Amino acid sequence: MTPDNLSALALSIRVALVATLLNAAIGIPLAYVLARRRFRGRGFVDLLVTLPLVLPPTVTGYYLIVLLGRRGWLGGPIYGLTGWSITFTWYAAVVAATIMALPLLVRTARAAIESVDRDFEKAAFTLGRSEWRTALEVTLPLARNGILAGLVLAFARALGEFGATLMLAGNIPGRTTTVPLAIYTSVQTGETGEALVLVAMLTALSCVVLVAAARLGARAA
Amino acid sequence: MRATILAAALLALLSGTAPAEELTLSVAISMKEATEEIGRHFTRSRPGVTLHYNLGSSGELQKQIEAGAPVDVFISAAPRQMDELQQKGLIVPETRRVFARNVLVVVRPLDSSVDLSKPADLLDPRIRRIVIGNPRSVPVGQYSEESLRTLGLWERLQPKLVLAENVRQALDYVSRGEVDAGFVYTTDAAVRTTRVKQAFRPGEDTYRPIVYPAAVVKDSRRPALARAFVDLLVAPEGRTVLARLGFQPLP
Repeated sequence: MTPDNLSALALSIRVALVATLLNAAIGIPLAYVLARRRFRGRGFVDLLVTLPLVLPPTVTGYYLIVLLGRRGWLGGPIYGLTGWSITFTWYAAVVAATIMALPLLVRTARAAIESVDRDFEKAAFTLGRSEWRTALEVTLPLARNGILAGLVLAFARALGEFGATLMLAGNIPGRTTTVPLAIYTSVQTGETGEALVLVAMLTALSCVVLVAAARLGARAA
Repeated sequence: MRATILAAALLALLSGTAPAEELTLSVAISMKEATEEIGRHFTRSRPGVTLHYNLGSSGELQKQIEAGAPVDVFISAAPRQMDELQQKGLIVPETRRVFARNVLVVVRPLDSSVDLSKPADLLDPRIRRIVIGNPRSVPVGQYSEESLRTLGLWERLQPKLVLAENVRQALDYVSRGEVDAGFVYTTDAAVRTTRVKQAFRPGEDTYRPIVYPAAVVKDSRRPALARAFVDLLVAPEGRTVLARLGFQPLP
């Protein structure tokens, strides 16, 4: 394998791992709240989280540029204050992968949490546990397999992210070129042999991940 | 009036009297406006002919033709991509014509205040990011790399470089202010004057002449029509359009 492909592979794994951790931090609480709470704007939050699943990734990428670009709503002030911008850095790839993977985790985890028998939670309340501790000690452990399956799917999605990543992080070898982008460039420049190695690796990895998710899902059901 | 035209169009469609002659042109994206305008000249005198434009970087278009894309004319921003197709026997060599020349320019966002008037200014720490076309497949990137190497800046500017998939994407990064400088063709800089301005032109002796070749693709199903298009590029009408859009006269 060429050095560029190796660094693409290393970067892809790093991006997917960090994106999965961020997904766990944001997505699990979000899934819990959507499953167990009724509040104003719940439908809107649900819509916002799910949108990246159905929008073309380039559209999500465009929104991310409008938000985080050097002249973006959020990116502009940050650039003005610090002279730093997230675009064309590997953090941008993490952000894109996180947003694209979030609906997969939230939807899977939410379904798992909703299927937990509420009687267990009521019993915990009766025994004097707060909602916070009930969630941590009863609900989430019971929904564990579904949540894990969601995390595995999120990891796979993050690993394969292309469109939004290309738009926000660019395609800079050694810095923001992930495996999907390296494949794109290799095919573009006619180095099909190089692309083939990466194609095979990504396919194998995705199969492993899907089998793992299916097993976890079967145990959850 | 509109109803009459509509009825006539419908009739033509149904009766099939108008033989639909179609040409697909794979055009280096820096030639977009020029070929579209020359294309209008072309179709005006040829009713029933429809042109389809397939735009991209020359390297990308080359790979599509190698993969068997149904293309009639290839218009490249550099001889290299055309040479490679010619060696593989994928174009008709005797139809090949060089029809335009271009010049590199460094552009920057309109509102940028950093002094950028010569190549060494690119080293200024306030210039954080510079976009060039990806030298692996984008001619403007290949010319930019050549120029930066000649100027002795290539290695030192590496950490600042951001690569674009074609010259218009490079221009777009500059006009959005995502980068502080970018290498494009003067003719591209001219299409986005409201958002970018020219900073300086790297010496024309620092890179190979930028010439655009065009040729009929071997597998074209309308070779005569395709050849007529290539000939129009070098005819006076074509030259007038190219000159007006800022392309340089051929030496």
